[in-house]
Amino acid sequence: MSILRVEQLHKQFGKTKVLKGIDFSIEKGDVVAILGSSGSGKTTLLRCINFLEKADKGKIYVDDEIVFDGEDKKKYTAAEIRKNQLNFGLVFQQFNLFPQYSALKNVMLAPMLLAKERPDYKQNKKQIEAEIRQHAQSLLDRVGLSDKYDNYPCELSGGQQQRVSIARALALEPKVLFFDEPTSALDPELTGEILKVIKDLAAKEHTMIIVTHEIEFARHVADRIIFMDDGVIAEDGTPDEVIDHPKNERTAVFLSKFYD
Amino acid sequence: MFPVANDINSILSSLFSGFGLNLQIFAATLLAALPLGLIIAFGSMSKFFPLRYLTKTFVWIIRGTPLMLQIFVVLYVPGLLFNMPVRSRMTAALIAFIINYAAYFSEIYRGGIEGIPRGQHEAAQVLGLTKVQTFFKVILFQVIKRITAPMSNEIITLVKDTSLSRIIGLAEIIMCAERFTKQGLIWPLFSTGLFFLIFNGILTVLFGQIEKRLNYYKG
Repeated sequence: MSILRVEQLHKQFGKTKVLKGIDFSIEKGDVVAILGSSGSGKTTLLRCINFLEKADKGKIYVDDEIVFDGEDKKKYTAAEIRKNQLNFGLVFQQFNLFPQYSALKNVMLAPMLLAKERPDYKQNKKQIEAEIRQHAQSLLDRVGLSDKYDNYPCELSGGQQQRVSIARALALEPKVLFFDEPTSALDPELTGEILKVIKDLAAKEHTMIIVTHEIEFARHVADRIIFMDDGVIAEDGTPDEVIDHPKNERTAVFLSKFYD
Repeated sequence: MFPVANDINSILSSLFSGFGLNLQIFAATLLAALPLGLIIAFGSMSKFFPLRYLTKTFVWIIRGTPLMLQIFVVLYVPGLLFNMPVRSRMTAALIAFIINYAAYFSEIYRGGIEGIPRGQHEAAQVLGLTKVQTFFKVILFQVIKRITAPMSNEIITLVKDTSLSRIIGLAEIIMCAERFTKQGLIWPLFSTGLFFLIFNGILTVLFGQIEKRLNYYKG
């Protein structure tokens, strides 16, 4: 049973067709890297799956349960989209931390708001809060920020901010965690700390889809590489197949730019 | 004809009671126009075209005509058109002030809300926050930080604008002071400036404090 399955996803902005029928599925524990030149539709694909854009056509399944059906767009209420959204976590290129909250509060905010909907919240308020705090702290510990709980985003480096945002995305224990070019906004010397965190998550069997330009990193962390070109999946296979022995000419051209 | 000590007391008490009226209008307008402005701001950002168009036209009319004229309109038009005269001049003044300032505030809110990066909304959305939670837990605070400076400007203007209420005969401080001018005493009129200066000075310090408090983070 696939944890995520995407069928014939189409999306266009005005007259520009950005996604022209995307099909793929991933299993629990898979780490998939999506490569491709800018404009190939990688980010749009991530945004459609995460409900930040509405795909025009196609279907998305989580654990074989449909969470999006392009044929039947009106069907989904805000509450349903929100519920489906919680299957996924997304780490943004620009971090998008909430500047007015400390690192710990950034991680705690969503779980705290969600906990208020629990029927037993009022009775066990203190205990629930303590659990959420503890969980948030352990997530920050895991990304190496155990001494930064009370720092505000503006007091952290780009790499530290991105690590907070990874902890924040993990707080709701999403089934699939997405990364949208997580190191692109960082100085080159800071990308290593992010890649290390992602590697660590991969080792712990987190299911992840990573849009990235770091080919060497993709090779080392991903079980599988998807190469996108002009709105379609041009190649899909193991790192060895896609990076070292590309069948598709566009893949070869793209990779040659990095390996000259 | 020089005033004796007793007269100075009665002059001051008249000025203070006049300024009390200015402060009443100020406080009531602020209290009502701050939330009303937010509602108008949502109207002017609505995706529903007719509502947005209507709200923007309304804001254009209110900002495009003198407040003094609006006070007259609120006082006279209900009586002339609907045979429902506004009985209290204070009520008329308050309605005009509240509507006028809510329109100005709404534009400040709108600028503040639209200036928040899209990524903040998107981050909240993917974390499963509802629209309402996103606004109150993520956006609003950042908006408040952004609009403190333009708001304090507008609020200080409001303090001075309260004097406009005299045109429909409300005994605010300048009207009170003018009575003494007619008796040949000019200093009470000029001294009213001190009342405004001191009160606005207090407000300026207060806003400075608020800005400082909000400066614990950047961005």
